[in-house]
Amino acid sequence: MQKIYVDNAATTAISPEVLDSMLPFLQEVYGNPSSMHSFGQAAAAALEKARADIADILGAQPKEIYFTSGGSESDNWAINAALALGEKKGKKHIVSSKIEHHAVLHVLERLEKEGYEVTYLDVYENGIVRLEDLEKALRDDTALVTIMYANNEIGSIQPIAEIGALCRKKGVIFHTDAVQAVGHLPVNVKDDNIDMLSLSAHKFHGPKGVGILFCRTGIALRGLIIGGAQERSRRAGTENVAGIVGMATALKRANENLEKNSAALTAMKDKLIAEVLKIPRSRLNGDKEKRLPGNISFCFEGIEGEALLLSLDMVGIAASSGSACTSGSLDPSHVLLAIGLPHEIAHGSLRISLSEYNTLDEMDYIIEQLPIIVQRLRNMSPVWEKIEAGGNL
Amino acid sequence: MAYSEKVMDHFANPRNVGKMDDADGVGEVGNAKCGDIMKVYLKIKDDIVVDAKFNTFGCASAIATSSMATELIIGKSVQDALKLSNKAVIEALDGLPPSKVHCSVLAEEAVKAAVADYYEKNGIETDSELFKCSGCCSSCDKS
Repeated sequence: MQKIYVDNAATTAISPEVLDSMLPFLQEVYGNPSSMHSFGQAAAAALEKARADIADILGAQPKEIYFTSGGSESDNWAINAALALGEKKGKKHIVSSKIEHHAVLHVLERLEKEGYEVTYLDVYENGIVRLEDLEKALRDDTALVTIMYANNEIGSIQPIAEIGALCRKKGVIFHTDAVQAVGHLPVNVKDDNIDMLSLSAHKFHGPKGVGILFCRTGIALRGLIIGGAQERSRRAGTENVAGIVGMATALKRANENLEKNSAALTAMKDKLIAEVLKIPRSRLNGDKEKRLPGNISFCFEGIEGEALLLSLDMVGIAASSGSACTSGSLDPSHVLLAIGLPHEIAHGSLRISLSEYNTLDEMDYIIEQLPIIVQRLRNMSPVWEKIEAGGNL
Repeated sequence: MAYSEKVMDHFANPRNVGKMDDADGVGEVGNAKCGDIMKVYLKIKDDIVVDAKFNTFGCASAIATSSMATELIIGKSVQDALKLSNKAVIEALDGLPPSKVHCSVLAEEAVKAAVADYYEKNGIETDSELFKCSGCCSSCDKS
């Protein structure tokens, strides 16, 4: 049986070049970058080279790059650090969107319990915030705007440069969770007016467990882990040298191939969307144009996403679902509800996320299998029976 | 979260799936908003469940619990079918992840609803206590 991996928004395979670049730092160059001897200094040199390379690609200064364990840590750190600054000025308001990743959303929910006020911007049917809404939401006591660069479930891309410009004009710190964007879109912190940015290496063929928080010079970043001089004394702990080197290799590679990969993914995506939407009562979630090149999000009426996901897995297709049943709650994805889908339709969601390692032949296989599976599940669904009989859900 | 082999088997090859045009009792429980609907059809002869069918909208465990519930009641007396508990369904499936227990409750409720329909159609009076669900599940609170 063919095995097809189309869950690249969850994680990606490490590329051979990335692995090759990492291996020396697991074996020969194993020194602690904080050590004065040659072993340590060789590791420190690699670390600083990686920092400089990454900064260059993102349009940042090397000293603005802080290595972390990944996107969730960076998101947590950025939000708490920005609020620590706001606290000094009595600012206790945050603006975000309804479709943030839980690494942002759950932090904000906790902050609300602790006395902060959060305005969650609507994203409308296409999954994109509107600038006029942001402008209205900003207040004198707004300490932070945190809005993701591109959504992990429905792929919609936010007007980041415009959001950043508005925040800068109003003197509000702007953080963006760019975990799904970096390596797939031309992200540049200068052009995009970004103050703080989170990214994760394993979303662009780098290793897991390593990421970055970018924090612009001029924003005093409160330390996260105390106890060492690493990361300018803001995140103590011996650095994940091999992981960081791998991340730099992965980002360089992604950046060099950005246009080529984007074109290839778009071709696969467009083919898949055109064919799959021939299934009756199916829909594409998110914006048709302003979306990540590899993200496809469908809903199929009358069936439930987890059953669909497991059925696809049985024929060798590994995808994802925003469905409630995969998360252990009865409620479907907050993202699908935020774009206005009723619960009963949001339950039938499927996310297919592509990478450069996917092929058009694989799309053909999905196009062949998916309608069979959808029909099989619909045949045993009392909801579909009602839809077919012309009733409403 | 992982499903047992039995759950995956009943999901991939559900037993007794389909509709029944001449059912003696039909029960539908759950709602699409919560993501699970089960419809159970019973054929009853001389107080014995001679056949059962189901249609389910829901996740893999919802489909597997419906399938197992129908398996467990075919050939049983109506009274025994009423005694089917969600725990018996879970045991027969070699367990369910905690977040999926409500699916087994729904399966139990669907069988009870189908029997209730049979009793009602045939004017049989019974003790309503028998129809009380043995589990506790938010599906009971929502309509």
